[in-house]
Amino acid sequence: MTYLAKPRLHHPTLPVNAVGFTRRDYEGKISTLCAGCGHDSISAAIIQACWEMNIEPHRVAKLSGIGCSSKTPDYFLGNSHGFNTVHGRMPSVLTGANLANRDLLYLGVSGDGDSASIGLGQFAHVMRRGVNMVYMLENNGVYGLTKGQFSATADEGSRSKRGVVNTDSPIDTVSLAMIMGATFVARGFSGDKRQLVPLVKAAIRHRGAAFIDVISPCVAFNNHGGSTKSYDYVREHNDAVNRIDFVESRAEITADYEVGAVVDVEQHDGTVLRLRKIDEMHDPTDKVAALNYIQEHQAKGEVVTGLLYLDPGAEDMHAHLGTVETPLNALAEDDLCPGVAMLEKINASLR
Amino acid sequence: MQPTDIRNPSYFHKVVDCQWACPAHTPVPEYIRLIAAGRYTDAYMVNWRSNVFPGILGRTCDRPCEPACRRGRVEERNTEKPEPVAICRLKRVASDLKDDVRALLPGRPSRSNGRRIACIGAGPASLTVARDLAPLGYEVVVYDGDPKAGGFMRTQVPRFRLPEEVIDEEVGYVLDMGVEFRGGERVDSLKAVLAEGYDAVFVGTGAPRGRDLQIPGRFEAGAHIHIGIDWLASVSFGHVDRVGRRVIVLGGGNTAMDCCRSAKRLGGEDVKVIVRSGFEEMKASPWEKEDAMHEGIPILNYLVPKSFEHEDGRLVAMTFEKVKAVYDDTGRRTLVPTGERDARFECDEVLIAVGQENAFPWIERDIGVQFDRWGLPVLDPATMQATLPSVFFGGDAAFGPKNIIWAVAHGHEAAVSIHKFCEGESLDERPDPLSSLVSQKMGIHEWSYDNDISGDRRYTVPWAAAEKALRSIKVEVELGFDASTAYKEAERCLNCDVQTVFTREQCIECDACVDICPMDCITFTADGDEADLRGRLNAPSTRPEQALYVSDALKTGRVMVKDEDVCLHCGLCAERCPTGAWDMQKFLFEMTHAGRRGSPDTTERSAA
Repeated sequence: MTYLAKPRLHHPTLPVNAVGFTRRDYEGKISTLCAGCGHDSISAAIIQACWEMNIEPHRVAKLSGIGCSSKTPDYFLGNSHGFNTVHGRMPSVLTGANLANRDLLYLGVSGDGDSASIGLGQFAHVMRRGVNMVYMLENNGVYGLTKGQFSATADEGSRSKRGVVNTDSPIDTVSLAMIMGATFVARGFSGDKRQLVPLVKAAIRHRGAAFIDVISPCVAFNNHGGSTKSYDYVREHNDAVNRIDFVESRAEITADYEVGAVVDVEQHDGTVLRLRKIDEMHDPTDKVAALNYIQEHQAKGEVVTGLLYLDPGAEDMHAHLGTVETPLNALAEDDLCPGVAMLEKINASLR
Repeated sequence: MQPTDIRNPSYFHKVVDCQWACPAHTPVPEYIRLIAAGRYTDAYMVNWRSNVFPGILGRTCDRPCEPACRRGRVEERNTEKPEPVAICRLKRVASDLKDDVRALLPGRPSRSNGRRIACIGAGPASLTVARDLAPLGYEVVVYDGDPKAGGFMRTQVPRFRLPEEVIDEEVGYVLDMGVEFRGGERVDSLKAVLAEGYDAVFVGTGAPRGRDLQIPGRFEAGAHIHIGIDWLASVSFGHVDRVGRRVIVLGGGNTAMDCCRSAKRLGGEDVKVIVRSGFEEMKASPWEKEDAMHEGIPILNYLVPKSFEHEDGRLVAMTFEKVKAVYDDTGRRTLVPTGERDARFECDEVLIAVGQENAFPWIERDIGVQFDRWGLPVLDPATMQATLPSVFFGGDAAFGPKNIIWAVAHGHEAAVSIHKFCEGESLDERPDPLSSLVSQKMGIHEWSYDNDISGDRRYTVPWAAAEKALRSIKVEVELGFDASTAYKEAERCLNCDVQTVFTREQCIECDACVDICPMDCITFTADGDEADLRGRLNAPSTRPEQALYVSDALKTGRVMVKDEDVCLHCGLCAERCPTGAWDMQKFLFEMTHAGRRGSPDTTERSAA
């Protein structure tokens, strides 16, 4: 017997959301990843977030590169658009798609090999340009498809399953994304959906380059003692700086919390993130302080998670470039070929 | 919450809803899998060991298993009309398609153990006692007033539901084990039987007297008014072969349904059923009501019989008072007259099927067998022993009218008691059931049961053409599933006996099982008491009577909680578990019958 399709039967009380779908309607094909892979939990978090936010599946585009992580878009949102690109080249294809049609929700799914090794250049530039997207990096620190060699995000001094010690310096993708200009930067853990689902929802609401690094243990090659990306290690060293309670417009916030423990961050489009602070020393709107905080705590071997940085006034690539608001596929021939008179006018302005 | 103790066989037994609901605790999913595998003979033997009359029960059982079947619950809101697996009709398939099983049955014992047992009445309870005890060397004598054995099954279940060959076959299996049957010998004194020196006597005489209805006109028009159950017996023996054109059947139980359908076949053109209470409260099984209505028989409710009208000793009509149900604060119902004019229905014949009464005129009241104020024997409900220690009761004779499968269950318990009684052992120590729990893992994503859940709706059993069926009382109405339909229906079974077994020490809390579970059964959360936990599950717990499977604290301090309610037993949790913390293990549970010493031989033989 090979992999079975998940039975269509569901819990009798399974609810539908405002657009008439159950959570099961947001699922994709059955995963072919190893049993227990953290990536499958991330897929489940994306499904949950999209269902809760009443997102219509046909308004989502999933783009990915190559690798275990990049296979996952097949396993969620089975009724959305998808593009499996060349290794490390997801950011440029996503950028192009976004330029052509800004009305879709862009979900970039990548891994540590795809983003931090072969695709590092693309990774940096897509953040610089402020492409409006949710960039999920499913980070397990190893090349799972090629039997578990260290990837570029493996911590220095961590040990492989065969006992080899990693001597290379790791690429810290959250710091890199902040430095390159991402305006929403977070880190989650596949083993903590209570934290991850609100992060995904907040990233979807963010207008600009939103980046979530998700530590996702590789059960086959990187879940042993000596690994810094195992379920046990991350649970023991998790330094969650905050929890997101709401991603809603300000008018809808009604719940009370201890004064001082809650920060409301209003974004450009009027949406509000309500953050419950866990660590008072961390301010998610101060980029320099946030970078310092991350460096300090990572130096102590802690895995800093939560919403690490947010630029409430962020703008996206379309605002930078002043592009037309209508998706290109909705422009009529008259708009695209305005005629000889207009061409003359443009040429004249350039003389 | 206290972690679940899966070593207690009751825990997993309760998860197998059908088997738990069956009075004889037949291992239902086990035989359904054997049917799917085409092993009809093995499926029949699993049944035969547990319920003695698979062919008879496969046609007539009251099927307490089906309302309990999980399939009906998981289809709720997934399909228009949720339906359980057709368990009863699959049982019949095993019986219809099996090979000759005689070589598999225990033969006559090579020698007697010197003990003699009398069974009074040759119905399912007595025959079960005989079957359990005869192979152990007991000399069993079965008495019955009728010339043939079978009791109620032979005399009162109409032939169009249960052909006589099926009764002959299965009753024969029991009698062929060296049981002495004294047909046509009606026992009229228990004292006399005891005087014959039997080591123990089992009373399985059923509840033979139908209740009468004493209202004006009953005596005068008596020639055309019959007690339903007696009338059915007369039909069965061919003494009655026609009925009046307009027939009223009084009563709402399964006997009433048998009466009206029989009347329809004996010339009744205008046959109607009239009940005192509401249609919903009728005691008849829903499918029996459906079958009757399918044959064009109306069921009128909220009509209380008032009188029989007669002219010159001839019945002409019945009058009924119209009532309605009124509920008081405690929910108790009373029927109060609506004050409308009485209803009057013309009729030529009336069949009274308003219940059965117990009667033991042949048991002397001075021999030590005590009766309660309802006329039922005073019994130990676990051992079936009467106040006279050598006398045991079972079937309808014990606690009033029930059904065949209960009679079988009583028979098994009584046989255990009689054996212990004869061996001088304490009757209160009941033998433990046999149970085994074996992993079904064959390889990666490979199990020894078919875990691909069928999405099919319940298949309907084909019927004989109505014209043909209604023309004769002896033509069997249901034709039974053919092999390919039986396979498809068997595949609807969720294999609830293949249990999800959780090993806390192996769990790394990766959430893979939570993510894959199609029914959202599994939750990892902080511990709490049961009510609290039920409020914090991933999917609401809607049936508190269904157990929660709770682990001890895991590494993070949380516990694993699984709501057993709507689990499909698809095994995807185990397939997605990286460490083998979840495993699918087949739980086989069998009641221990008389003389069995906990040897698991049958378990091994039937293991798929």
